[in-house]
Amino acid sequence: MSDTKHNTEDYLRMYRQMVRIRTFEDNANQLYLSAKMPGLTHMYSGEEAVAVGICEALTDSDRITSTHRGHGHCVAKGAEFKAMFCELLGKEEGYCRGKGGSMHIADQSHGNLGANAIVGGSMGIATGSALRAKLQGAEDVTVCFFGDGATAQGLMYEVMNMAALWNLPVIYACENNGYSEYTKTEEIAAGSITARAEAFGIEAHQVDGQDVLGVNALMQDLVPRARKGEGPFFVELMTYRYHGHHVGDINREYYRAKDEEQDWKENRDPIIRMRAWLVEQGIASEDEIEAMNSEIREDAAAAVDYALKAPYPDTREVDMHVYTDIAHACA
Amino acid sequence: MREITLSKAVNEALAEEMRRDETVFIIGEDVAEAGTPFKVLSGLVEEFGTDRVLDTPISEPGFMGIAVGAAMTGARPVVDLMFGDFLFLIMDQLCNQAAKSYYMSGGKLNVPLVLRTNLGATRRSAAQHSQSLHALVAHIPGLKVAMPSSAYEAKGLMKTAIRDDNPVVIFEDKLMYNDKAPVPEEEFLIPFGQANIKREGRDVTLIGTSSMVQVCEAAAETLAAEGISAEVIDPRTIVPLDEATLLASAKKTSRVIVVDEGHQSFGVTGEIASRINEKAFYHLDAPVLRMGAMDVPVPFSPALEDITVPTPEGVAEAARRLMSGEMIHAA
Repeated sequence: MSDTKHNTEDYLRMYRQMVRIRTFEDNANQLYLSAKMPGLTHMYSGEEAVAVGICEALTDSDRITSTHRGHGHCVAKGAEFKAMFCELLGKEEGYCRGKGGSMHIADQSHGNLGANAIVGGSMGIATGSALRAKLQGAEDVTVCFFGDGATAQGLMYEVMNMAALWNLPVIYACENNGYSEYTKTEEIAAGSITARAEAFGIEAHQVDGQDVLGVNALMQDLVPRARKGEGPFFVELMTYRYHGHHVGDINREYYRAKDEEQDWKENRDPIIRMRAWLVEQGIASEDEIEAMNSEIREDAAAAVDYALKAPYPDTREVDMHVYTDIAHACA
Repeated sequence: MREITLSKAVNEALAEEMRRDETVFIIGEDVAEAGTPFKVLSGLVEEFGTDRVLDTPISEPGFMGIAVGAAMTGARPVVDLMFGDFLFLIMDQLCNQAAKSYYMSGGKLNVPLVLRTNLGATRRSAAQHSQSLHALVAHIPGLKVAMPSSAYEAKGLMKTAIRDDNPVVIFEDKLMYNDKAPVPEEEFLIPFGQANIKREGRDVTLIGTSSMVQVCEAAAETLAAEGISAEVIDPRTIVPLDEATLLASAKKTSRVIVVDEGHQSFGVTGEIASRINEKAFYHLDAPVLRMGAMDVPVPFSPALEDITVPTPEGVAEAARRLMSGEMIHAA
């Protein structure tokens, strides 16, 4: 574990946020398995240290773009459970009034410009958000989350080129979880991923994505530098997704061994590692941690209960929000 | 009133709006010192600097995506897409990102950008630099589509587009950049969704878009000499479409020809004809005729290219056939 000096509150908040993400995902998975959730969803479980380590280095006015596997980014950037579960269930009180669902949650009050269901689709948006900050003379930094699979999209190279030419305050955060949908990353990515960014003259780092303190320490260095105009930066975070590509991807031994999954869950889990470290450092006792976990579980259960009972949007909303100035697009 | 070229009209609209609102900036290939291949933007970089007239690499999806992100975060980018044919390169960023953001976020993240591009064949530029692809864009909810038919419309519609809080695509006819028309010195805007009755008539309605308005006006002159009174209407924006004005004219004349330079099949002509059939059927004395570009890729050879687009002679001949009752029997 990193020995970065934070205060106790920061350590506990990072642990808490990781548990909140895991708990959110466990509940979302149950909603899917019990057929209470329409559609499907993509679990972030296992990758919590990435979102938390990064977002804990950001402020509310800093922005992120997220992916189809985006619940973790959303929670880490400050979203609350009720509106998230409402969105997953297509309810009126969801972050997007039920119009976006799991793959499109946006929470602009915390700088989350939205999850994107086109792999690599948000790379231009993140870069444009950084251009906006630069043109405005603002210090806001934008983090672009994407997976290893998205490194195969051409858009990434177009916008990294421009970000480097214009020194934009954007940090490209590649969550390398080893799999591009149902295919091993080594089968879809030639050469080195960080070297691709370096080819544009972008400073690139590879970091253990299961070590929240290590991820955070790197970001505490890069974010202020990006604010000063030293960006862009590229970070490859080595991580692992515990579930399949999506919740319905259950029989996956044809592309991934159970032993491998077990090894990551038992020996490299970011929450278990952080918990052990907190106890060892005397920052929290086992009892205190258990109490925190229970409180989060209860919070999630209450939010799920609330969302299940919450009303769907009125059907009159179907043609609202197509245009800002036309109340009903199909009237 | 003074007369200026369409090119100058666009340039003036941009300059006025950039002076009025510092969040407006231009982004695209060779927009700064080069002022685009058509020289529409000449002089703007001298006044507004390279921060607001941004030259990009040849990366259409990249700069389109960047514009979406900048628009989402408070800027008003005007994207310069050198040829309408390059729309196919930016479809994801335009149609999956810009068009859907406001809806998917439940009304939170709007995208106030303008995409300036062009249409029009007969410039001997062959199949990848001559297409008129506005129908593709008009098909996607969330986008507005403006089609200026002269310098006057080009200026008034551009100013409205820049102030609109939604993504707007403006198609200029690349053969009309040097065409002059009366344009007032004083400021004016043209509201979207208001068709312009260019010429009043009683026997047949000619609905034309973009440069096809000129084609319809020329046909109307020919017909007038033969005693046929044609009404010419320019919808000016196809999304939103001023259906009321089109229907009122159809009911008055009872015969309608819709002329547009997009391919005839599955296009703007079919859409307008269909709406008139649905809503003015009992007022019609003949089927509504569609006249679009031939359903072939645009050929290079002048001998071939010229026969692919509607002409005044062709429109006049179609009107004569409608007047003679020939089409009733054909149906």
